[in-house]
Amino acid sequence: MSEIRGRVLVLDEGLSLWGGMDPATGELIDAHHPQRGVRLTGRVVVMPSGRGSSSSASVLAEAVRAGTAPAAILLDAPDMILSIGSMVAEELYGVLVPVVVLGPAARSTISDGMDLVVASDGSVG
Amino acid sequence: MRLVVRAAEVTGAQRLIDVTRAHVDSCLYHGEATLDFVGRLAGGHTRVRIPTTLNVGGLDLLHPERYRGDPRSADRARLLMDRYRALGARPTFTCAPYQLADVRPTFGEQVAWGESNAIAFCNSVLGARTNRYGDFIDIAAAVTGRVPDAGLHRRDARRATLVLRLADDVPPTLRDADVLFPVLGIVVGRRAGSTVAVVDGLAPGQSEDRLKALGAAAASSGSVAMFHVVGSTPEAATLDDALQHGAPERVELIGLGELRAARDELTSETGERLAAVSLGTPHASAAELDRYAAMLGGRRVHPGVECLVSTGRDVLAEASERGLVARLRDAGVDLLVDTCSYVAPMLRNAAGPVMTDSGKWAYYAPGNIGASVVFGSTAECIRSAVAGRVVRDLAPWGGA
Repeated sequence: MSEIRGRVLVLDEGLSLWGGMDPATGELIDAHHPQRGVRLTGRVVVMPSGRGSSSSASVLAEAVRAGTAPAAILLDAPDMILSIGSMVAEELYGVLVPVVVLGPAARSTISDGMDLVVASDGSVG
Repeated sequence: MRLVVRAAEVTGAQRLIDVTRAHVDSCLYHGEATLDFVGRLAGGHTRVRIPTTLNVGGLDLLHPERYRGDPRSADRARLLMDRYRALGARPTFTCAPYQLADVRPTFGEQVAWGESNAIAFCNSVLGARTNRYGDFIDIAAAVTGRVPDAGLHRRDARRATLVLRLADDVPPTLRDADVLFPVLGIVVGRRAGSTVAVVDGLAPGQSEDRLKALGAAAASSGSVAMFHVVGSTPEAATLDDALQHGAPERVELIGLGELRAARDELTSETGERLAAVSLGTPHASAAELDRYAAMLGGRRVHPGVECLVSTGRDVLAEASERGLVARLRDAGVDLLVDTCSYVAPMLRNAAGPVMTDSGKWAYYAPGNIGASVVFGSTAECIRSAVAGRVVRDLAPWGGA
C-alpha cells in the first residue's frame, strides 16, 4: 500500500482552489483568505471544506500536472468536486493526491507543521 | 461512468438516477490538464446523451481580438471550447443558462449542472434539482445521463436548517435596494457554508436578477448550492415550507453593521480614481441590459473609463435585434460574450481600480487578475462610468 508523507498545513477557512490557488505556483491567492500567500505544494492541507467554484476539480488536476499540488487534502466533510479532481489527475498523470474525510477524533490529533503519513486507504497517522 | 460511480461512492448514494439536462463548466481552460482530460474522453467517439449547455470559456469567440493575454493561451482556450462543442454540447458559453427559455429546467426536474452560481439559481430560484457538479463530473453526467441519487436531488436535503433573519436595524430603503443582494449573498455564504439557509425579512416576490446576485455571491464566499428566500423562492412560500415543517437547527440575525462590513470588504481601493467598470457577472440578463441603457439615459461613458458588460451570446443576439446593443455601444459600453472579464485577460486596465456591482466579481478578481476593486450598486457603477471617477450614493445604507 502506497503512502504519502507531508508536513501539515492547517487552513483556518475552507478554500476554493479555483480563484484560491494558482496552479502555476501552488500559492494561495484568495484575497479574502487569512492565509493568503502560503504555498500549498507538497503539504498535507487540512481544511474544513472545499468551497465556492465548481472549477476546483480542474485546478487540482492542473496543479498535479504542473507538480504544484498539495500532497493530500484532509477535510471535515466529503467534497465531490475535490474527490473527482483527484481521481481524474491520478488517471491522467498517475499521481495520487488523497482527498480524505477526517473524523473529529482524528482531526483533534493533527496540528499545523507536524509531519503526517496518509495511506492510500485513507488512514492517517 | 467510472467517474459517476466514484461520485456515488463519495456521496454515499445507493443508486443512480436519470437526469434530463446538463450544464458543463469543464470548457473553461485552466491549463493543459483540462485538454488532456477531454482528449481522453473524446478518444472513444463519446457524445452527450442529454441536452447539454456549455459554461463560459476562456475567450470571446465572437470577438476574439478582445483577448489581451498571450496568443498561445487563447488558442488552447479556443481548442477546449471546440472540443466540448464536438461532444454535442450546445455552444451557449454562458454562466447564466437559466436565462435561456428553451434550456431552463422546470420545477422538480432532475438535472446535472456545473458553475456555482447556476447551481444555486437552479435549485433555489427554479426549484429544479442538482448537486454541485464540478468539472469532469459534469460532462460525465452529460455523457451517461446518470447521477448519484444523493444530496439535493432528494427532497429532504432541500430543507433549510439555518434561518438567517434581517435584523430590525436594516432600514427599509436597504431591504428594497438592488445593492443589498450581492452583499447579503456574501454574508449568507459565510454563515451557511454548505448548509441550506432560508433568508427571512425581505418583501415577497424578489426579482430573478436580485436572487441571481444573492446566489452568485453566496456560492463564492461559501459552498452554497441552495438557499431559500421566504416569499420569493418556490420552495419557500412560507418560512415553515422552507423548513419542511420542521424546526431549524440555528436561527441567526444579520444586522446592518455586518452588511456594511461585508460591503466594505469587497472594496480594496478607496479614493475616486477609476480605470474600468465591469458589469454582468453572472452574465447580464436582457432586463439588466435594458436597465443599463435606461440608467445611462443618453449619456456617454467617460473616455478615460473602460466600461465592459459580460453577457451570453444568445442574450446578445436578442438584444441586438431590439437595437439595444447599438444603443449601448454608442454610449461607449463594450459587450463581451462567451467568457467573463475576471476569468481571462479581457480588460485594458486589469490592474484597476475596477468598479463592479457583482459580489462574485469583487470576490474573485483580486486573486484572479490582480485587480483592485471598488464595489457599488449598478446605479453607482453607471454614474461613475459617466463621471470618470468613483461616485458614491450611500443613501440606501442609511448614509454610511
